[in-house]
Amino acid sequence: MKFVRTKSGNLTGLISLFLLVITGLLGLFAPILMPHDPFAVDIAKKFSVPSWDYPLGTDHLGRCILSRLLLGIRYSLGSALIIQLVAIVLAILLGAFVALKRGLIDFLFIRLCDILLAFPTLVLAFGLLGILGPSLKNVLIALIFTQLIYYARMIRGLFIGINEKDFVQAARITGTTGIQLIRRHYIPNLLPSIVTIVALDIGKVILEIAGFSFIGLGVQAPIPEWGMMINEGKQYMRQHPELMLYPGLAIILVVLLFNQLANRLKRLD
Amino acid sequence: MYESTWIFCLKRILTLPFVLLGVSILTFVFIRFVPVEPAEVILRLARVAPTEEAIQALREELGTDKSFFLQYLLWGKGIIQLDFGTSFVSKLPVAHELFVKLPATIELAIAAFILILGLSIPFGVISALYKHTIIDKIIRFFSILSVSIPAFWLGFLLLYLFSLKLGLFPTNGKGTPAHLVLPAFALALPTIGLFVQLIRSTILEELQQQYVQYARLRGLKSSVILIRHVLRNAAIPLTSLLGMTLGNLLGGAVIVEQVFSWPGLGRYLIESIMNRDYPVVQCYVLIIAVIYVLANLCTDILHRLLDPHLMMKGRRD
Repeated sequence: MKFVRTKSGNLTGLISLFLLVITGLLGLFAPILMPHDPFAVDIAKKFSVPSWDYPLGTDHLGRCILSRLLLGIRYSLGSALIIQLVAIVLAILLGAFVALKRGLIDFLFIRLCDILLAFPTLVLAFGLLGILGPSLKNVLIALIFTQLIYYARMIRGLFIGINEKDFVQAARITGTTGIQLIRRHYIPNLLPSIVTIVALDIGKVILEIAGFSFIGLGVQAPIPEWGMMINEGKQYMRQHPELMLYPGLAIILVVLLFNQLANRLKRLD
Repeated sequence: MYESTWIFCLKRILTLPFVLLGVSILTFVFIRFVPVEPAEVILRLARVAPTEEAIQALREELGTDKSFFLQYLLWGKGIIQLDFGTSFVSKLPVAHELFVKLPATIELAIAAFILILGLSIPFGVISALYKHTIIDKIIRFFSILSVSIPAFWLGFLLLYLFSLKLGLFPTNGKGTPAHLVLPAFALALPTIGLFVQLIRSTILEELQQQYVQYARLRGLKSSVILIRHVLRNAAIPLTSLLGMTLGNLLGGAVIVEQVFSWPGLGRYLIESIMNRDYPVVQCYVLIIAVIYVLANLCTDILHRLLDPHLMMKGRRD
């Protein structure tokens, strides 16, 4: 696997990857690391300034901001990873199926994609969420669906492209079949492109999840998803802009790291 | 086989009705996923007890008791006559309200578009010409940063700094050009970042081409090569992205309008979603899809007209 080997010696990419792994671990072990219960309301302590007990202070309901940010990793980063993973797995199954079948199924698939791609992605997602109603589950459904359309079409193209390559034809003629063919030729040739595609969009998906929460179509309070934290903080913007500042910076940092990583991967691909 | 630009355009225009038909079917099917019954929503909005008889009577009035296919035909017939249904909330024709709100969104999108072209071209060119210098590194950092910022968060940051602290711009509403600056910038920034990166890499690619070396050997000035040849060629792949950009702007406007209380389509959409005013949501999705399909058609034709390679390819096939 080319991209794993050549990654070493690429400092920015490695640093980004390292910081993202740390962030992921922080999210994974959030229940142990959180100094307080992120849902515990204590009005007496609202808008506390940062202290040893509350390193980033408290919000309008007296909840610990640091604890909420830590648990929020699961909702912001975690949901984005789940969306991308599910979308790409479904897209690989669908794209490969269509590419190998060709014929009528392929024709209908392409027409359906054309029609679905006639809607701007974000508008399609807004529409779906508007119909299904706001919840974390529906955000996942809407975004998996919109990502899937693009990926399935792209992967169909990749599969058809590689099918026509000489070395695959040669392997077929010499009797390589089934799992052998997929393991030896398809996976090593397609995996780098697929990893890059998925990495490139994770940042975008995190921003979209946050956007949905912000306009009230996504995750609902009191879940500490970062976009929802910004949404909750907006009423107090004049006196306490820090309520919006921390989750905003958290989003920017994570998305920036993913974009850096994806840019490095793209150059290697 | 040689395919002239005219035949390409004709083919592309002829497929348009099929795509629009597909879009209309999909929009219609899609609204059927509503987990609640439309008749019940209307009764609840009117604060009438949703009894079995009242729901049945309203179903007959709305036509939702008819078969699925018949409902589509009736709906489609209405669309052709520009009747998109009636809003559950205001009881006014949906199309009327949406078209009243459309100009504000278009105004915002055009302003953002001007900002995108006006800022991304100079920064992209400078970044390419001074590649690997400190200027290039700064521009590249900011272009990656700008695609990593949530638009609504940026909107609030701009409001906080320029309206609340410095008092330079009004906080919300629309009317004067000053009202337009902050929302347009918040909407445009992610696309500016994307375009700067693309313009930079396209120009660097073009500069490697043989025709540039040849022009240098002919003794043409660098500025002449850049403006007459490189920029012209670099613009071609970018034209293919114009349709997609419009789609991103229309989608992004939904969020940005919310931040700045901009009285456009996006804000109306969110309001309607919250009120479960499904005819409005349906009509919105349909209008945006039609605009987007037409924009993509224009983009494809423009791209075809500008790019001599595509014609050559048509000739060789």
